[in-house]
Amino acid sequence: MAEQEKKSPYRVLIGKPGLDGHDRGAKFIARALRDEGFEVIYTGIRRSAAEIAATAVQEDVDAVGLSSLSGAHLRLFPEVIKELQTRGGGDIPVLGGGVIPDEDIELLLQAGVSAVFTPGTAAETFINAFTEACEKHSDDSGQ
Amino acid sequence: MTAGSNELLAGLARQDPRAIGRAISAVENNSEAAADILSSLDQDVIDSVLVLGITGPPGAGKSTLTSAMIRALRKKGNRLGIIAVDPSSPISGGAILGDRIRMMEHALDPDVVVRSMATRGRLGGLCASAGATVRIMAAAGCEIIIIETVGVGQSEMDIIRLADITLMVLAPGFGDDIQAMKAGLLEVADFLVVNKSDLAGADALCMDMEQVFHDKQEEDGIARVLQTIASLNQGIEQLLATVKTFGLHLETSGIKEERRHMALDAETLDWIMEILRPRFAQAMSEKTERKDPRIRAKELIKELVTRQEE
Repeated sequence: MAEQEKKSPYRVLIGKPGLDGHDRGAKFIARALRDEGFEVIYTGIRRSAAEIAATAVQEDVDAVGLSSLSGAHLRLFPEVIKELQTRGGGDIPVLGGGVIPDEDIELLLQAGVSAVFTPGTAAETFINAFTEACEKHSDDSGQ
Repeated sequence: MTAGSNELLAGLARQDPRAIGRAISAVENNSEAAADILSSLDQDVIDSVLVLGITGPPGAGKSTLTSAMIRALRKKGNRLGIIAVDPSSPISGGAILGDRIRMMEHALDPDVVVRSMATRGRLGGLCASAGATVRIMAAAGCEIIIIETVGVGQSEMDIIRLADITLMVLAPGFGDDIQAMKAGLLEVADFLVVNKSDLAGADALCMDMEQVFHDKQEEDGIARVLQTIASLNQGIEQLLATVKTFGLHLETSGIKEERRHMALDAETLDWIMEILRPRFAQAMSEKTERKDPRIRAKELIKELVTRQEE
């Protein structure tokens, strides 16, 4: 059975927390992941951290990807992590991307974000990061 | 029974969202916990739920209608399960599951359990996964379960057979698409919902469909062609009331039980294919032959059966 489980695609959620409506990046990432064989649950724009976390838990995803171009990432990304924790999904890794200044990247990583991507990141880079995060998550949860 | 399965079952009984999600993943991925979970579910609870199927061409408004139905049913206090099916890419195997976009208003409602599911390009298997998901949702207290799927393709047709009642959603302006679908899908649909009924062409579409459903309508006097404007919440109450009447009719006439039996048979067959496929693939790879495929298939089956008996 173990061999069969490996073949099941990873499930990830791509969400846009906060108020900006620029979803080109999020959609690009969703499509790129789909093309790599991921099952991508897309929540659309302007979601609260609680909505994203509740959806991620309900859908039992292996990773959450957040996109923010509003500048509120320092508040929104950690908020999603906190909401995941309160909903029993603290084990689900969170990755983030968007217009994020260099000095904020370290702060986000410290806050528990697994990886941070800025505009111009090669698709290969974030695909690898999602694959790694999902692999680690599914190993840890023993599924 | 492993500790993990016990934990998941306890979680299902508590209606814990994390446990529900994990239990569904277990059956979808055919993991070891799946058998434990499925064999422990209460059959009476499963029998008591109502399963609605919503299908139709892309863009007809299935997700919007589903969301509007959720809104109305939640007002009545029903706990709901939603299985939203989207196709997997046949090339990469990946999928974008976007039905949630139109259901996000219910994201924080603990009594709306949503699961997005990809078809995973399997010939068999989808029906089995969705069927098991219905039972898990029932165990987690969902009273009405809605399966939403695009009405094209064989696996989508199969999955809709899991439903007690099937609603086909159309909208004006699809023209030839609808013509092409008539033979296959309209036959399995109990209701035809003409959504976006404020658009031009809605009346003509309704008249057209009334003809298709004329015989069914005559039989029990229940209207089968209904109009909605899901985005404006119009026609939803009427739709639900009619579906409810029809549900009672199915129950008293024994048709619901009959349909459940058929669905279980279809699912069982699906599992047989799912379990046998890898074994035959293995047997096939051990011996490359240039025989006629039909003859080769029969030989392989015979071989596997004898091997089993030894």
